[in-house]
Amino acid sequence: MKSFTYERASTPAEAASAAARNTGTRFIAGGTNLLDLMKLEIETPRHLIDVNSLALDTIEPLPDGGLRIGALVRNTDLAADARIRRDYGVLSRALLAGASGQLRNKATTAGNLLQRTRCPYFYDTNQPCNKRQPGSGCSALGGFSRSLAIVGASDACIATHPSDMAVAMRVLDAQVETVRPDGTTRRLPIAQFYRAPGDTPQLETALAPGELITAVTLPKPVGGMHVYRKVRDRASYAFALISVGAIVQRDGSGRVALGGVAHKPWRIEAAEAQLPKGARAVTERLLANAKTTDDNAFKLPLVERTLAAVLVEARA
Amino acid sequence: MHFPSDLAATRRDLLIGTAAAVATTSSSSRLAAQAPADIGPVIAPVSFEVNGAQREFSLDARTTLLDALREHLHLNGTKKGCDHGQCGACTVLVDGRRINSCLTLAVMHQGQRVTTIEGLGTPDNLHPMQAAFVKHDGFQCGYCTPGQICSAVGVLDEIKAGVPSHVSADLTATPEGSEAEIRERMSGNICRCGAYSNIVDAITDVSGRKA
Repeated sequence: MKSFTYERASTPAEAASAAARNTGTRFIAGGTNLLDLMKLEIETPRHLIDVNSLALDTIEPLPDGGLRIGALVRNTDLAADARIRRDYGVLSRALLAGASGQLRNKATTAGNLLQRTRCPYFYDTNQPCNKRQPGSGCSALGGFSRSLAIVGASDACIATHPSDMAVAMRVLDAQVETVRPDGTTRRLPIAQFYRAPGDTPQLETALAPGELITAVTLPKPVGGMHVYRKVRDRASYAFALISVGAIVQRDGSGRVALGGVAHKPWRIEAAEAQLPKGARAVTERLLANAKTTDDNAFKLPLVERTLAAVLVEARA
Repeated sequence: MHFPSDLAATRRDLLIGTAAAVATTSSSSRLAAQAPADIGPVIAPVSFEVNGAQREFSLDARTTLLDALREHLHLNGTKKGCDHGQCGACTVLVDGRRINSCLTLAVMHQGQRVTTIEGLGTPDNLHPMQAAFVKHDGFQCGYCTPGQICSAVGVLDEIKAGVPSHVSADLTATPEGSEAEIRERMSGNICRCGAYSNIVDAITDVSGRKA
């Protein structure tokens, strides 16, 4: 691991301001992804700002009936919160489908959104990777791509976003609250949070340098049946090959987002109009522009069949 | 993507691309590494409680909680398996919650309370979970065992606190300590010898006694 200087931040605005002053800064909260990457020298921050003592670890009701989830709320606590379990079941289910008990106890809401791809070539520092070393090339194209993206990718990168939680946040139309180095705040819809890889796959989110996530907000509950189904190589503690997060209403309308297929949670609102026609129609619209490799073409039928199972479960 | 015929241009393009990227973002780790030379070790103070005793450290900021326990306090019960959070051998309890001690820095635990396998019980006075692992032969080589036991203690506390799991049928119901629940909740602890069925028996035994 490369050496770094370390400080504990006392307010979110100070943390953002300090991050902008020091080049090569990373915020550290749970640290479960960042420290893994620092040991491999894939991440080499020169300065760490520990944000754990910022008071951002509560879930508060909002006047509009929604919830404001502090950036530091741990994955276990979010999944176990009575309001989340009752009104936002897809979020609780997605969180519980991810990682292990030990990791969920440490990992935070904001850190989960910001975790980096598990593309095997991003992790292998002996291989070219445009995300890790911009301009070096993409080893996954023509390489081992079984776990990688089938939509939204580019000629520079076919990495997937690994988060289950983010898929549920997308289905729930969550918003990301931030503070910038100049002290101003803003709120971003999750739909606009992740950047397409394009020619710059190293730029993953809409966050500016030094910008700190302070909370994620959920709109008021929309009711319906909440389902999160994840397909993976083993029954527990594995990343998704694909996953489906859905909220289905009694009248057959609903929302659907996919994990494991793109650089971000994959949701196309127009596809949801096809829900009454069934899984095939929805999948055809969702994955209309899919570009698969021999290794990952299996994801196309897998999405359709998983969505079919989700719809059966939701309508049971 | 660059092909072999592009190699002549690759290095120059990379440098130009890198300079442009530095101007627009600090988010890429490689770019930070190419900035000024590496900085030397940074020594940082931190103090926290370990197994009931207050401990003070002055250590390289890079030191993980796992290495602080093993190398600085010589508490070798907590094991280093993969050192990447994949095996669970390093599991300890911090403020009563199980975490991977390899994926957290010692300096991040100022003022907290750490419990390792040595703090759960002693050979003469075993913690009920330690006794159950002996009784049910919940190990073979024993390397993963301290992590398994710390994790199991955390699991039963999580069930008691009503934390649901991936296999809980009803999210809003009080979770139970069934075999399926224990297996799912223990999935972050790998046992290469494959002692899983006896580990589940040991945890179930303690769970039953508590209920």
